[in-house]
Amino acid sequence: MPLIEKTRIMDADTLSRTLRRMAHEIVERNGGTDGLWLVGIRRRGVPLAQRLAGFIAEFEGVRLPIGTLDITLYRDDLTLKADHPQVQKTEIPGDLTGKRIVLVDDVLYTGRTSRAALDALMDLGRPAIIQLAVLVDRGHRELPIRADYVGKNVPTSKREVIEVRLREIDGQDEVMIMENGGENGGEEAGER
Amino acid sequence: MRHLLELESVPAAELANMLDTAESMAEILRRPIKRVPTLRGKTLLLLFFEASTRTRHSFELACKVLGADSLALSAATSSTTKGESLLDTGRTAEALGVDGVVVRHSSSGAPQLLARHLRLSVINAGDGTHEHPTQGLLDLFSVRARKGRIAGLRVCIVGDVLHSRVARSAVHGFTRLGADVVLSGPPALLPPRGDGWPVELEPDLDRALDGADVVMVLRIQKERQEGGMFPSIAEYRARWGIDAARLARAKPDAVLMHPGPVNEGVELAPELMTAPPSLIAAQVAAGVAVRMAVLYLLLGGVGG
Repeated sequence: MPLIEKTRIMDADTLSRTLRRMAHEIVERNGGTDGLWLVGIRRRGVPLAQRLAGFIAEFEGVRLPIGTLDITLYRDDLTLKADHPQVQKTEIPGDLTGKRIVLVDDVLYTGRTSRAALDALMDLGRPAIIQLAVLVDRGHRELPIRADYVGKNVPTSKREVIEVRLREIDGQDEVMIMENGGENGGEEAGER
Repeated sequence: MRHLLELESVPAAELANMLDTAESMAEILRRPIKRVPTLRGKTLLLLFFEASTRTRHSFELACKVLGADSLALSAATSSTTKGESLLDTGRTAEALGVDGVVVRHSSSGAPQLLARHLRLSVINAGDGTHEHPTQGLLDLFSVRARKGRIAGLRVCIVGDVLHSRVARSAVHGFTRLGADVVLSGPPALLPPRGDGWPVELEPDLDRALDGADVVMVLRIQKERQEGGMFPSIAEYRARWGIDAARLARAKPDAVLMHPGPVNEGVELAPELMTAPPSLIAAQVAAGVAVRMAVLYLLLGGVGG
């Protein structure tokens, strides 16, 4: 089904300023960078985590460890999907027991991706705390999950899709609201 | 993909996808808690009509790590001793609500028979002299992990190629991914005219080893010798056994493989099994990751 571009809600400058603000919030809320790790959820959470780490390095002079989480094996909709999502590698830079983990993702929607990410992290160790940072919170939660750091709250209808484009993956930085032609604007598109 | 019956018909892109998926699975095996919930609620029946330790145990372990249940049926204790046919056993499995069957059988084509008549997924764990696809995948995986690639490598497979399902799966897997394969061994144990495969035949092992990146040694099945296919163990060892001097004819960084169990001192000198070029232990370890990947790709979704 074709997606039609509706509105651009962030351009490259806004996106950069938003991430810089979130980076400050993360350091402030955690009282510094001690034991702080950023873990990006594949796919677009990974470059976002790297950029947050870049900003934190600028103003704190500390390079935070970055991990990469693939949640495919923890999805609750595997048996509902006709095709297999490709399993990518999970790369965590050491034992995360006792660490302060900030999970990073592009869009928070139903909360199912975050649930899967929490389960995946718990299997890897016992962090002291897990926080969630998302660039866009679009509402419509189906699980009791909330983000600790939000770039932008965007009220949406279920027919709409938030598309975060990042230069590392998509060649440019912007966030678009897209509209799905049909009635099935479901979670697959929203949590791609 | 619903079944894995052979590598011969698997396209290169699908092979590469399986190996990539297996790499992600290998990461799980390095964790302190080796368990993911991916196949929770799925049940796999392991149907082994021939002896197996590595294959069967690695399938069992793969199930456990992915959260699936496995049910082992060994031919000696089941109704097969009362004459229940393979297909009856398969239908019983289906009626029990099993999601997939892993089958090893002495008849070539046994897994194909099950796949034709049953709705569940069938995985071939070795059928007669036909194929052993998960072994082929773990061989590819082990070589790719050590060498970083498959394409362009020269692979020498030595031994009883004619009766070896391991060799057949290796030939199809390696050639499909762009390696050059040369087969060596007693002429009576090489496929006549190479069976139409894109391979070289070179009974003279020293010539076959020249420039090899990978040396794959097959297990000599002693019952073949009784069938008069080659003169004596001593002659076999002298002409096609691999020892350090022989291995030196391959490239200096060549790797050594064997599907196990090894007839020590016949096809392979015992001191080579744990020598630096040996991938034998890596092959066993790769078996679990590769079988996890296959289970995930076959049972993870509703099926393609």
